[in-house]
Amino acid sequence: MGDRLRRTMMFVPGNNPGMVKDAYIYKCDSIMFDLEDSVLLSEKDAARYLVYNSLRAIDYGDKELVVRINNPRTECGIMDIKAMVASKIDVIRLPKTENVDDVLICEKEIEKAEIEFEIEQGSTKMMAAIESAEGVLNARDIAKASKRLIAIALGAEDYVTDLKTTRYADGVELMFARSMLLHAARSAKIDALDTVYSNLNDEEGFRNEVLLIKKLGFDGKSIINPRQIEPIVEIFTPSRKEIDKALEIMDAIEEAKIKKSGVVSLNGKMIDMPIVLRAQRTIQLAKAARVL
Amino acid sequence: MIVKKVATAGTLESSDILITVEKEEGDNGIRIHLESPVKKQFGDQIKQVIRDTAEFVGVKNAKITAIDKGALDCVIKARTSTALYRACDSTSYIWEKK
Amino acid sequence: MINNDIKNLPKFGKLDVEHPLFTNERVYKDIKSCKEREEFESKVLFSIEDAIEKSQLKSGMTISFHHHFRDGDFVLNKVMEVIAKKGIKDLTLAASSLLSVHSPLIEHVKNGVITRIETSGLRGELAEAVSKGLLDIPVVFRSHGGRAYAIKNGDIKIDVAFLGAPSCDSFGNANGYSRDHDNGIICGSLGYAKTDAQYASCVIVLTDNLVPFPNVPAGIFQSDVDYVVKVDAIGDPNGIMSGATRFTKNPKELLIAETTAEVIEQSGVFKDGFSFQMGSGGASLATARFLREKMLKKNIKADFVLGGITGVIVKLHEEGLIKKILDVQSFDLEAAKSLKNNRFHQQMSAYYYASPNNPGTAVNQLDVVILSALEVDVDYNVNVLTGSDGSIRGAIGGHQDTAAGASVSIIVCPLTRGRIASVVDKVNTIVTPGKTVDIVVTDQGVAINPLRTDLIERFKNSNINLTTIENLRDKAMSLVGRGKSIEYTDKVVGIVTYRDGSVIDLIYQVKDQDEDD
Repeated sequence: MGDRLRRTMMFVPGNNPGMVKDAYIYKCDSIMFDLEDSVLLSEKDAARYLVYNSLRAIDYGDKELVVRINNPRTECGIMDIKAMVASKIDVIRLPKTENVDDVLICEKEIEKAEIEFEIEQGSTKMMAAIESAEGVLNARDIAKASKRLIAIALGAEDYVTDLKTTRYADGVELMFARSMLLHAARSAKIDALDTVYSNLNDEEGFRNEVLLIKKLGFDGKSIINPRQIEPIVEIFTPSRKEIDKALEIMDAIEEAKIKKSGVVSLNGKMIDMPIVLRAQRTIQLAKAARVL
Repeated sequence: MIVKKVATAGTLESSDILITVEKEEGDNGIRIHLESPVKKQFGDQIKQVIRDTAEFVGVKNAKITAIDKGALDCVIKARTSTALYRACDSTSYIWEKK
Repeated sequence: MINNDIKNLPKFGKLDVEHPLFTNERVYKDIKSCKEREEFESKVLFSIEDAIEKSQLKSGMTISFHHHFRDGDFVLNKVMEVIAKKGIKDLTLAASSLLSVHSPLIEHVKNGVITRIETSGLRGELAEAVSKGLLDIPVVFRSHGGRAYAIKNGDIKIDVAFLGAPSCDSFGNANGYSRDHDNGIICGSLGYAKTDAQYASCVIVLTDNLVPFPNVPAGIFQSDVDYVVKVDAIGDPNGIMSGATRFTKNPKELLIAETTAEVIEQSGVFKDGFSFQMGSGGASLATARFLREKMLKKNIKADFVLGGITGVIVKLHEEGLIKKILDVQSFDLEAAKSLKNNRFHQQMSAYYYASPNNPGTAVNQLDVVILSALEVDVDYNVNVLTGSDGSIRGAIGGHQDTAAGASVSIIVCPLTRGRIASVVDKVNTIVTPGKTVDIVVTDQGVAINPLRTDLIERFKNSNINLTTIENLRDKAMSLVGRGKSIEYTDKVVGIVTYRDGSVIDLIYQVKDQDEDD
C-alpha cells in the first residue's frame, strides 16, 4: 500500500466539459475520467480529445488522476492508452478484467506509449476493475499480474448480472466478490476499491454500504457524485480516541528509536508491527480529513 | 488533411462548444463563423484557437461554424480537433507528450 | 357658556388650534349598512382611465409601481398603455424594480411618454435597450433601502403610485393574498409597495379581487389609499410565483453552500438568538439546508430572518428553528402562504427593511447575510448590475443595504461561470463598496477582506480553505484567459447610487461590436 489515500474515486463522464473542467474542486482523493461506459460509441473520439486536452490545460492539483479506458484489445482502447499516457495520466483503469492476459495486453500498450512519448518506464500505473465471475475467481492472479497495478476494484453492475442476481440493500450478493477482491489485493499489497452506489437519493443505504466495506477492510469506493464524498470521508475518519491512541503509539516508537531499543512498548505492553501499521494508517486518515 | 464531408463535434450545453466543419472549395483558408456569449471579450481568442488547431492537424481549407456556450480553450481545441478528423474521415490523430 | 370656560383655561393662549363650538349641524349620521356603503361610498372605480383622470396625473410628473408580481405583472404595462393613450408625456417612472415583462416601456420611452427612469434593476429587452442608449437622461439605480430613503426625504417625489394588489376592500385596505376570496393570485408581502403607499401624493390600488371590508390583515392601509380600481386581471399567477423553490442538485452550488454554512458556523456570530438573511439563488437555499443541520446539532435557534423570503426559510420557521420572519418580498408560494398563515411571519416595508437613516432599520440588526454577485474585485467591490459584456442585467436589490447592515456579509459565487470570471481585477460597475464586504466564498476557496482582521484571526485555525482574493482572481484568470476590455462610448446610460443617494458609479453605453462575419 502506497502513501496515497483512495477513499473516494469520483467518476467523471469523459465527454462532459462542464464536469471534466470542474472535477478538481471537490474533495475526492482520485478523479476517474471515464471514456468507457458513460460515452456513446459514436463519441469515443470526442471524449478522448476532451480528456486529453483538459489534462494538459487544467491544474487538477494533488488529486490522483485516473482514466477508465475502453477494451485495450480494440483500436479504440489502444488509442485511449496512447492519448492518456502522452498526457501523463497517473493511472489507467482497465475495465472488465477477466484474467492475467487482459492486464498484460494493457500493460504492453502502456509500455509502447511510454517509449513513444519518452516517459519514464513504469511511471503510468494501472488498476484493474473486476466485473465478472471469471474475474473474481482470477482476482488473486490479476492483482499480481503487473508491477504497475496499484489497486483492483469491484464493478458490481456487470458482476451481479453475470451471477444471475441483482443488487440488494444488504449486499449479501457481493459478499464473496468483496472478500475475494480484498484478499487478492492484500495478498498483492495493493489497494481494494469497492463498487459504486448508484441510488443518489438513498443516503442511508449509501452510508450502510460504506460502513460495511470499511469493516471489511476496503481502502475506498468508486463514487458517481460529489455528494457521496462527505459521508465516506466521515465514516473513514478515525475517532478522537483512535487518533490519540495512534499518536501515543507513534510517540512510543520515537522514544524507542532515541533509546535505540529494539522493543517498543506502551504502558508496559509490547507494540508489534500490526499495531504500528494500524496506527500509521489512522494518522494518515486523520490528517487527510484535517482533524489532525 | 482535406475535408471530405460535413462533421460536427460538441454540444450546446453550458461550457461546451458545437463545432461544424464544412468543405471549402478553392484556397480560401479557414473561414470561421462564431457565435458566443463572450464574443466581445474572447471572440478573437476563440477564433485563434480554432485556427491554430486546424493548422496543427493540417487542415488548410475549411468553413468552420462555432456556436460557443462559454467553453474554455482546451474544450475548444478538443471539439475542433474531433470535428476536423471526423470531417476528413481520418483517425491519424497526433498525440503529443505533455 | 362653554366659550367662556374655554377662554378661562390656563395658558389658553398657547393652544394654537381654534376650537369652534359644536352644533348639531356639524354631525352627519349615515344610516347605510356596511354593504350599502361598500357599494355607494367606496373608493372603487371601474376603469384605469377614470383613476388617472381623478389622480390629476399630468405631463412631467412622477409615477411609481412595485415589482411584487415579478414577470407575471400586468399592472405596469396596462396602466402605461392608458397613460400613453391619454397623451400624457415626460413622466418619471420610479419603479421599485423593472423586469423582462416590462419591455413595452421601450416604446413609451421612444414616444416621449417616459423620459426618466428610477429603479433598483433592469432586465430583458428593456435592459438591453437602456444599455444601448435608449434614454437621453441616465437611469438612476437605487437599492431598496436607498429608494425608500429617497422617497422619505423627498429626492423621489411620487405624484401617483399605481399599486397592484391580490386583494383589496372598497376602502383601500390591500394585501398580497386574500383570506376571503382566494382566487389563486397571491404575491405575499407588499413590502416595496408599502413605502410608496405611505408617501405618494395619490395612491391608486389596482385589484382583480374586491373583498369585503375589513381586509385584515392588510399590507397597505385605507388611510394611505385614494382610489381602488377593479380590473379583470393584475397578473399571471405562474409568473408571479414560481411555485415551490426546489433544492439545487448542482454539485458546485452544493459545494459552495456547504462551505458557506461552515463559514457561518465559525464566523463568531453563530450563537443562539442569531439572525440572518439569504437570497433565493441555488447556493443560498442550499446553505439554509446545511445551516439547519448545524443548528440542530448545536441546538442553536435564530431569533429572526428577514428580507426576501423563501419556502426554505418558512420550513425552518415552522420547525421552530427561526422565531420570527420579517418579509419584504415573498419569493415563492410557500413563503406567501406562510405570510398568510403564520403569526410571526410579518411583512415589512422597504423603509423598515433597509433605509439607511434609521437605527431601527432591519438590516442593521442582521448578524449574517449571504449575497450573490456577478463580479467581485480584488478590493472586494461587488457588481450585481452589469454583465461581463458591460450591459445592464441585474438589480441592486438590498445588496448595498444588507452588506452594510450585517455584522458579517458573505458573498457567494462560483469562481467562473462558463468563460466568465467572477473574481476580477476591477468590477465593471461598483454597486456595493468593498468596505462592507467581509467574506467571499467560491467553489475554489474562501477569501476574507483584510479589513476584517478579527475574522482573519478567527479563521486562522479552522479547516476552511482560506486563500486571498488575489489568488482567486489569478486562478480565475488562468482558467478563462484574459479577455479584451469592453469598449464604451462616452454616453452615460446609468447612474448607480449608494444607499445614501451619493453616486458610486456610472454605467456607460456599450459600443456596438462590428459584425465580422
